[in-house]
Amino acid sequence: MPQLTMGQALNQALKEEMTRDDTVFLAGEGVGVSIHDNPMLPTAGLLKDFGPRRVRDTPVSEAAIAGLAVGAAEAGLKPVVEIMFNPFFTLASDMIVNHAAKLRYLSGGKSTFPLVVRIKSGAGFGAGCQHSHNLEAWAAHCPGLKVIMPATAADAKGLLKSAIRDPNPVVFFEDMMLYFAPGPVPEGEHLVPIGQADVKRPGRDVTVVTWSRMLGVAFKAAEQLAGEGIDVEILDLRTLVPLDRAAILASVRKTGRLVVLHEATRTGGFAGEVAAVVMEQAFESLKAPLRRVTGPDIPVPASPPLERFYIPDAEQLVKAIRGIL
Amino acid sequence: MTIPKDKMLEMLHFLMLSRRFEEALTDLCRIEGKIPGMMILCTGQEAVGVGMVAALRPEDVIITNHRSHAHLLTKGADPKVLMAEIYGKRTGCNKGKSGTLHLALPEIGAPCTSTVVGAGPPIAVGRAFAQQYRNEPGITVCFVGDGATGEGSFHEALNLASLWRLPVIFVCENNRYAGAQRQEEHTRIENIADRAAGYRMPGVVVDGNDAMSVYTTALDARARAAAGEGPTLIECKTYRWRGHGESDPQLYQPKEEIAAWRALCPVARMRDAVRARGLISAEDLKAMEARVETLVQEAIRFAEESPYPEPHEALEDVYA
Repeated sequence: MPQLTMGQALNQALKEEMTRDDTVFLAGEGVGVSIHDNPMLPTAGLLKDFGPRRVRDTPVSEAAIAGLAVGAAEAGLKPVVEIMFNPFFTLASDMIVNHAAKLRYLSGGKSTFPLVVRIKSGAGFGAGCQHSHNLEAWAAHCPGLKVIMPATAADAKGLLKSAIRDPNPVVFFEDMMLYFAPGPVPEGEHLVPIGQADVKRPGRDVTVVTWSRMLGVAFKAAEQLAGEGIDVEILDLRTLVPLDRAAILASVRKTGRLVVLHEATRTGGFAGEVAAVVMEQAFESLKAPLRRVTGPDIPVPASPPLERFYIPDAEQLVKAIRGIL
Repeated sequence: MTIPKDKMLEMLHFLMLSRRFEEALTDLCRIEGKIPGMMILCTGQEAVGVGMVAALRPEDVIITNHRSHAHLLTKGADPKVLMAEIYGKRTGCNKGKSGTLHLALPEIGAPCTSTVVGAGPPIAVGRAFAQQYRNEPGITVCFVGDGATGEGSFHEALNLASLWRLPVIFVCENNRYAGAQRQEEHTRIENIADRAAGYRMPGVVVDGNDAMSVYTTALDARARAAAGEGPTLIECKTYRWRGHGESDPQLYQPKEEIAAWRALCPVARMRDAVRARGLISAEDLKAMEARVETLVQEAIRFAEESPYPEPHEALEDVYA
């Protein structure tokens, strides 16, 4: 199987879906041009391949970009729009939260909104809190949005293709640090169903539920603990909404222990939802209190040592796991 | 231009229908427990919606806002399903999910009523983009109030629409008030249409109480949009007879001001114009009034007799 970075895998998904379906178009700030026309990034080369009718470099206007997606989707096109950095979600949020998410319901099911909002996310590049702020829990809190946050190149490709074909609005969070991380990616028609978590590492002793870039941290901790005979199961949610509750419960019922790991801040973070699902439906299986390992409740700081302090690491996860064994 | 007789009579019909529909709502919403939620009306400013929509074709799309009744009725909404939706009944156009504030009728080219002030223009940009992308003959019209022109989304949308020469008309229904704020309290410009210059699109001011002027202005803007020449901003100067909503005591609207604008009633104006041109006999006018009354009374009866949704229907049309 070819090795691709996540950026290349996303590019392949976009290219395949645009080739397959003329109603798919891209829009966003700098889509396919300038610094984004880099072979490691998702929209590289697409302007050349598909032309300016289908690859639209927009003004700096997040509300208009998101509104473009809502209106065009209602008309039956399949917009894939890009929000350059996760904190700019706030500028597009009226269109996403009050319109994309609600208009199908408000129409009594008459209209559908097959749109994808790709949002570049994650900390780790020293830009500080107005470029790094993971808001997936906000999106998950809005009924009417599907929320995807892949961790591997293969999942990124398969989920983006599924998102583009989905008749409903999908918010697709891409971790920018993962754009450069390689992995095996199936060629051609590779679809990953929305709403299915994936056991990335089976284990006996403790379940780590995570998603996106934190999958790598989970693996690092699991390898370290394996040397001590502790067998960690890693469940990658991949999709936050709809949430694969069955997969979470099955894993916790097997291991009896749970740590939820995410890069986003703690209070109101999605770990709380995962924890609540387990407490409501699998409390009797727990051999110890569950734990959360998350970013602290602070804006992401810019200076390298401060930013490293912010991002959860394997050491914190190992400590949390040891604490409940 | 001379507006054809049929078009004149069509506009008179929809002016009278919109007025009677809302007069009925004014009374009904005062009866405890009859109509849920807010009641926001366009009474006094019907000529804007009627004149604009009368200039459109079936393939054209409107994106409207909380003062939508005249827009939707003229676009062809069945008064029965509108009234039932306003009552919160299952037979309403949106099965009771939208109420009066979010009426959605994609089947007549009115897919979105947004009550988030300023939200319509970006969505209209998307709808018009789809028409351009597929090279369709239709255009999109977006209705906003004067208050909406203070929202950033309005400006982002006008800029993008102009940049991409999208087939869209932005109609500012300037009824002099944004909530309880007079125009001079929310902007220093006198004509909202002046904002168009900032986006290099035509900005036109029209008497919003004269359906005929609105209609002819709309025809020009529609032709421009359909020819690929891009968007137009039309400011229709009009006046809101009622408060922001029916619970608003209108303390900030001088009584003399309301009286002066009532004297410019858009329905009476059209009726007088039609009569003066000899386009309708006294007898036929009476028959038209009777037809309008029947439509409104049938709509009310339909809504009254329709069932409410079952509570569990709240979970229908859900996918995530």
